[in-house]
Amino acid sequence: MLKREVVYESVLDHDFLDEIYSLPGGQEIKKCIQCGTCSGSCPQGAVMDYAPRKIFSLIRAGFRDEVLESNTIWYCSSCYTCAVRCPKEIKITDVMYALKRIAIKEGKAKKGRKAAILSNNFVRLVNKYGRNHETELMTRYILFAEPHHAFNFIPQGWKLFSNGRLPIMPHKIKNIDQLRKILKKVDELGEI
Amino acid sequence: MATKQSYIYYPGCSAEATGKPYEISARAVCEHLDIELKELADWNCCGATAYLSVEDIASMAVAARNLAIAESTGLDLITPCSACYITLSKVDHYFEDYPDIRTKINNALSAAGLEYKGGVNVRHLLYVFSEDIGMERLSGMVRADLSLRVAPYYGCQVVRPFTERDSPDVPFAMDEIISALGGDVVDYPLKTKCCSGALIGIDEKTALGLAKPLIECAVRSGADCIVTCCPLCQLNLDAYQYKINKVYGTNYHIPVLFFTQLIGLAFGIDEGRLGLNMNIVPYRPAARAKGASG
Ligand code: SF4
Ligand code: SF4
Ligand code: SF4
Repeated sequence: MLKREVVYESVLDHDFLDEIYSLPGGQEIKKCIQCGTCSGSCPQGAVMDYAPRKIFSLIRAGFRDEVLESNTIWYCSSCYTCAVRCPKEIKITDVMYALKRIAIKEGKAKKGRKAAILSNNFVRLVNKYGRNHETELMTRYILFAEPHHAFNFIPQGWKLFSNGRLPIMPHKIKNIDQLRKILKKVDELGEI
Repeated sequence: MATKQSYIYYPGCSAEATGKPYEISARAVCEHLDIELKELADWNCCGATAYLSVEDIASMAVAARNLAIAESTGLDLITPCSACYITLSKVDHYFEDYPDIRTKINNALSAAGLEYKGGVNVRHLLYVFSEDIGMERLSGMVRADLSLRVAPYYGCQVVRPFTERDSPDVPFAMDEIISALGGDVVDYPLKTKCCSGALIGIDEKTALGLAKPLIECAVRSGADCIVTCCPLCQLNLDAYQYKINKVYGTNYHIPVLFFTQLIGLAFGIDEGRLGLNMNIVPYRPAARAKGASG
């Protein structure tokens, strides 16, 4: 939770705002009127360190680390309820994605450790096969994120497996080279 | 009779695994209606929510490869998965709204000899049934008496933020389909409340807290089954139902069907061809109980 202590202007990161402004549609957050519609609509608002309205206020004030290290961005399930209701049409969900990316890149995803493991492994599989392989994704995730609770996942996995919903073999696309060329080019071009 | 309806079909990765019953039933029902689903040639993963959490342009370029391949066919691109629908639609919208992104992605695609001009109509399978096939044709095909009370669960991403004609809060496409098939739609106010999505793997306790009211509400409204149009929603409500029971001391056993399975049942298609044996909470007992009582 926000500690009520004096924070001096000098320690705040004003470039953070520019970073968010530069996102597609990011300029819109200037228009946030702090109405709280997003927070009121968010199914995860109650478990978030700061519900979405506060996130926008923190971004604008330059509280970079507080935002990036909050659990908020990891509890966003991309339900888009806030985004369709926001009176200022701010792409809230897309901002949450951007915050996830920045937090992962800068190693600030402490509270999102498990989500980051899941996402990174997903990307790995897609780059390798061209498709996700759910069985391998689950296995890798459990191994890296939940090694001590692996047995908890067994009944779940077994039920799905025995009902034919967890194939052993991955499906690799034929033209994986084409996909790799695209990704290599993105690397050269750099992200946004 | 007009020419055969054809679509380019994008199954999505879950179709090969946890969403297999959806895939099987969607194909069976479309075949029955003489609708051609031409699978997109050598499609790759759309990237889903996870890729976008790690990379920005790369995730959109990965999705755009599919759109580029689909574009030459000139047909609507149909997907049964809500997450694929939103991911592919989003790239399409970004292409339209942000020329810089369009240029950059096309630059990346050109390395593989591809280009996307922005002309693909991305649609969710649900709206092929509700818009293109229509209620009249659906009800005309009904061969079996459903007499089921059904809770229609839409989830999030099929109606938010992009929707073909439905409301993002109170959609009705699936309600209409259920009625056309002879089922009773129960009052289900949580129809677009999030099931927790992929959060279930990350914080199970919080996620089950979101999924439980969805089950509870359906049971209380007297539904015999829940019907969904999203593979992840189905997984969360079906495969995790026993965990909800374990954590909350409840005893729910309400079947969670894909809407395509329901259509197939009403059409009298053999259950084996609808993948019903793959559902975790068995469909059978509920139907039998209903039969016995009514
Ligand atoms: S709903 Fe929109 S305008 Fe209102 S607080 Fe949230 S982001 Fe700001
Ligand atoms: S999209 Fe994320 S922030 Fe917005 S309401 Fe849904 S969970 Fe909350
Ligand atoms: S309800 Fe859950 S799985 Fe379904 S679309 Fe929303 S987040 Fe995705």
